[in-house]
Amino acid sequence: MRMIPAAKITKTVADLCIRANQVLRNDVLSALKAARNRESNLKAKRILEVIIKNARVAGSEKLAICQDTGMPIVFLEIGQDVKISGDLSRAVNRGVELGYKIGSLRDSIIKDPLARGRSGFHPAIIHTDIVKGNKIRIAVLPKGFGCENKSQLKMFNPTAKLNDIKKFIVESVKAAGPDACPPYVVGVGIGGTADYACLLAKKALLRNVATSPRHHAAGGLEKDLLKQINKLNIGPMGLGGKATCLAVRIEKFPTHIAGLPVAVNISCHALRSATAIL
Amino acid sequence: MRRIKTPLDKIQVKGLKPADEVLLSGVIYTARDQAHKRLTSVNNPPFDLRGAVIYYCGPTKTPKGKIIGSCGPTTSSRMDAFTPALLKKGLSGMIGKGKRSKEVVAAMKKYKAVYFLAYAGCGALMTRYIKKAATVAYKDLGPEAVMRLEVKDLPLIVGCDAKGKDIYDES
Repeated sequence: MRMIPAAKITKTVADLCIRANQVLRNDVLSALKAARNRESNLKAKRILEVIIKNARVAGSEKLAICQDTGMPIVFLEIGQDVKISGDLSRAVNRGVELGYKIGSLRDSIIKDPLARGRSGFHPAIIHTDIVKGNKIRIAVLPKGFGCENKSQLKMFNPTAKLNDIKKFIVESVKAAGPDACPPYVVGVGIGGTADYACLLAKKALLRNVATSPRHHAAGGLEKDLLKQINKLNIGPMGLGGKATCLAVRIEKFPTHIAGLPVAVNISCHALRSATAIL
Repeated sequence: MRRIKTPLDKIQVKGLKPADEVLLSGVIYTARDQAHKRLTSVNNPPFDLRGAVIYYCGPTKTPKGKIIGSCGPTTSSRMDAFTPALLKKGLSGMIGKGKRSKEVVAAMKKYKAVYFLAYAGCGALMTRYIKKAATVAYKDLGPEAVMRLEVKDLPLIVGCDAKGKDIYDES
């Protein structure tokens, strides 16, 4: 058994919250630059230039890339040979509060979805997986709600045609239109259950958006969907252009003989996350 | 690029059309979901709505030594249900991101107002155009409180004009 003190988790989560919100992911930045270089619509090209400049300003002046510093989502992969001393979920939430305070991030979380009331920094959404080994992998994904509001889930029949599924995904992006800060990254979860498909769609956003492993199970479908989505001509700020979507990332999971859940989780161009291994 | 100033008068409003790029200077007020709910339910709004410009924005906490934190626009359509009532009271400009409803565009035509798009998802860069910032109402709403911002040459794109023309109908 390897001991990891809860305090170490708090400190790591705090650092990850700040890094995720202030320093744009390298893969996202290079995807934005590639989109700018490809873009032939001059207005779209200029907007992409402003987006890239914003990332530079945020990093150098220690400002949040976007004022919506999101609902913090924390993915924990905990090795089964690890023993955590202390209260894990409290450690994570304290880390979120600490990071958000030090990083001057936004307190966007309200305690009661109906009564609303004063906002604070947590709780974070925490997803835990037990894995082999004696390490903990922590990923923080602050998800803004401009794009989270555009999420969709559809329970297809098991006999549904692939084309219908593709159409649903493309239509989801079309429905988001200019509202959720395109160019988007589109996370898709296929299979599992209703809730699990949604989680897969969110997890897909953690994958590299600039490159993809050559033999990924859904690689062909990702490329095909990207092509279709970029024909929508939504473009940066919804003002037209090739760059409607930077990447489509699909995660699959076994499912039931009677169903075929498909979830879409859209991210704005400021797709933020940071990861550490303890 | 054209420069415009708040409060927006009829002549300035009349001269703007969708896709025009402008630089806005003067005073604007932040207000988003909860502030809109309150603004439309009180008789005496905490600032003069006549000729005013509302910015759909909830900034981050202000970092030490800075005027304001990251402060980009939020999705405008969430404010659509409240907007016609504010236009009726004299509101003449709104800044946000994304589409507006048909009802809002029609009310903008009726009351002669303009909707501007700010660079979406560029909150860090936006701080450079804010010269002063102070919370003036609804402090209990935290990031959704109403702030008075003094801006200089804030870069915007006209989204909908006072004739009911919408950039998203054309593109």
